[in-house]
Amino acid sequence: MNAGRPTATKVHWWWIGGALALMVVVAMWAAVSGAVSIPPMDVLRTVWSKVPLIGGDSPVDATTEAIVWQIRLPRIVLGLLVGSMLSVAGAAYQGVFRNPLADPYLLGAGAGAGLGATIAIVYLPNIGWWVFDPLPLAAFVGAVAGVGLAYVLGYTVRSGRTSVTLILAGVAVAAFLTALQTFIQQRESETLREVYGWILGSLNTAGWSEVTLVGPYVVVCAGAIFVYRRLLNVLAVGDTEAATLGVHPQRLRLMIVLFATLGTAAVVAVSGLIGFVGIIIPHTVRLLTTSSYRAIVPLSFILGGAFLVFADVIARTAQAPAEIPIGVVTALIGAPFFAVVLRRSKGIVT
Amino acid sequence: MTAISVSGLRVTLGGVEILHDVSFGVEPGKWLGIVGPNGAGKSTLLRAIAADLNYDGSISIDGVERQSIDMRTKAATIAYVPQRPIYPPGMAVFDYVLLGRTPYMGPLGSERAEDIAAVWDALGSLGIDHFAGRDVGSLSGGETQRASLARVVAQGTSVLVLDEATASLDVAAQHEVLELIDDMRRERSLTVISAIHDLTAAAQFCDTIAVLDGGNIAAIGSVDAVVTESVLREVFEPTLRVLEIDGMPVVVSLRNERKQHD
Repeated sequence: MNAGRPTATKVHWWWIGGALALMVVVAMWAAVSGAVSIPPMDVLRTVWSKVPLIGGDSPVDATTEAIVWQIRLPRIVLGLLVGSMLSVAGAAYQGVFRNPLADPYLLGAGAGAGLGATIAIVYLPNIGWWVFDPLPLAAFVGAVAGVGLAYVLGYTVRSGRTSVTLILAGVAVAAFLTALQTFIQQRESETLREVYGWILGSLNTAGWSEVTLVGPYVVVCAGAIFVYRRLLNVLAVGDTEAATLGVHPQRLRLMIVLFATLGTAAVVAVSGLIGFVGIIIPHTVRLLTTSSYRAIVPLSFILGGAFLVFADVIARTAQAPAEIPIGVVTALIGAPFFAVVLRRSKGIVT
Repeated sequence: MTAISVSGLRVTLGGVEILHDVSFGVEPGKWLGIVGPNGAGKSTLLRAIAADLNYDGSISIDGVERQSIDMRTKAATIAYVPQRPIYPPGMAVFDYVLLGRTPYMGPLGSERAEDIAAVWDALGSLGIDHFAGRDVGSLSGGETQRASLARVVAQGTSVLVLDEATASLDVAAQHEVLELIDDMRRERSLTVISAIHDLTAAAQFCDTIAVLDGGNIAAIGSVDAVVTESVLREVFEPTLRVLEIDGMPVVVSLRNERKQHD
């Protein structure tokens, strides 16, 4: 009787198809662009030659193949992973806190990672002595510890454990950790440039080892948030009503924040604190399609990756051979684009 | 059908005891109206029964203590509309009503054909099936109340707990929504517990009325026993009058005569 009438918001195939097509175009543009221009067919031939079992010898010369396979592709894949994770984590934070200003660094992940990285840069200078690079590990531990501290503080508030007390605890923890980071940075000013460069974020250290390090975290954490996407819609009616619908809001929030934080910590460990992606991509998706997290989560994943790769091409080519910090580019490109989307929208921002 | 029994209920919020030793029962399929002045504890009482408040004493749902029932089972038994429901901007009415099916989907599951059918049934019974694709944040006051009621109907529970379900509506819309609730109650044998500010509406729609005052039950009983000037004047104001028009009780508040002439 209700055939052909609207039902639950679906993720239309053309939304996903369009986003994937955009991602592929941006990735190809990133692969051909740089100090050496490489024809798209050479990129495709190089990638084809690396496909196990069916790929054969590459007809492309060794230098071109090395540029594509050793330099550009790891950077593109890492950009996709970092952008996707930050966007999905931002969407998750906005959903669980019902706060449009929430981003992946809301509960102290950014400040904790910044402090961890600063400690590693300042106090562990002889990085060559270590079996592995301690900087990503320090940033990862700092990010997780920052959010953990916010949770402990937020959940010991006597007047009640709400999402607001958790956000306020996150603000306090972030302010404290940022103050510590600034104190260390100012005391050890000879490493100022290195610390500052890390904080602004970059993909210039990307290699396949970083991709394999971060990839599993992104797959597991973004995958878990994808599974929870319907319950993010339930949280939109607030904790009290969500509880009467059979959902335990605090437990659900903890699980989603856990996955968003682990994923964020993993990507900032290798990319530094790239800002803005986690806010503008989910909101742009929301403004262009629907406010249902069934669509926001997968579309943010695809478009977040595409956006960061796009920003990275600008970062490494606009003032070549110098590189602009990618965090500056994400804000410079993203803010005006977001402003245009916001002006043309119907005002659906939650 | 489900019976609710509340016994020796105490609720403390922020160190202040809001409800003191509240006891009453509701028979299956009946409508209990909770009336009382602002701050009497009506919303707290309803949240203790249907939502997430901790309490001392007992709230028994068909003989089972509320705090011992797991959340999904409770959500499949009692549905709740708060005083000011949150209507997420941008969410389609269909998606909003579909939230009522959450207890049946499992934590990580998705909707099935029977959930879709339950949503259409609820939208149809509230007369808002033509709004299914609209943004729930763009509806008028009466329409959003219907959307809330559709959500709790889709929830398929045997108990509805409604906190001032008609507070923001004009007289005609208020009457219409109360009639809808009464129709649903009769058709689906629902037990209804609702806080109502409008004493006339409470008197005309409820089977039993409980008067809450300062966290205590000041009076409880049938409309004839409770909606009297002597009972209501004790709790509300001394100028209340209870009239009868076409056999229906009508509660009005008259302006103080002396102030009127000042």
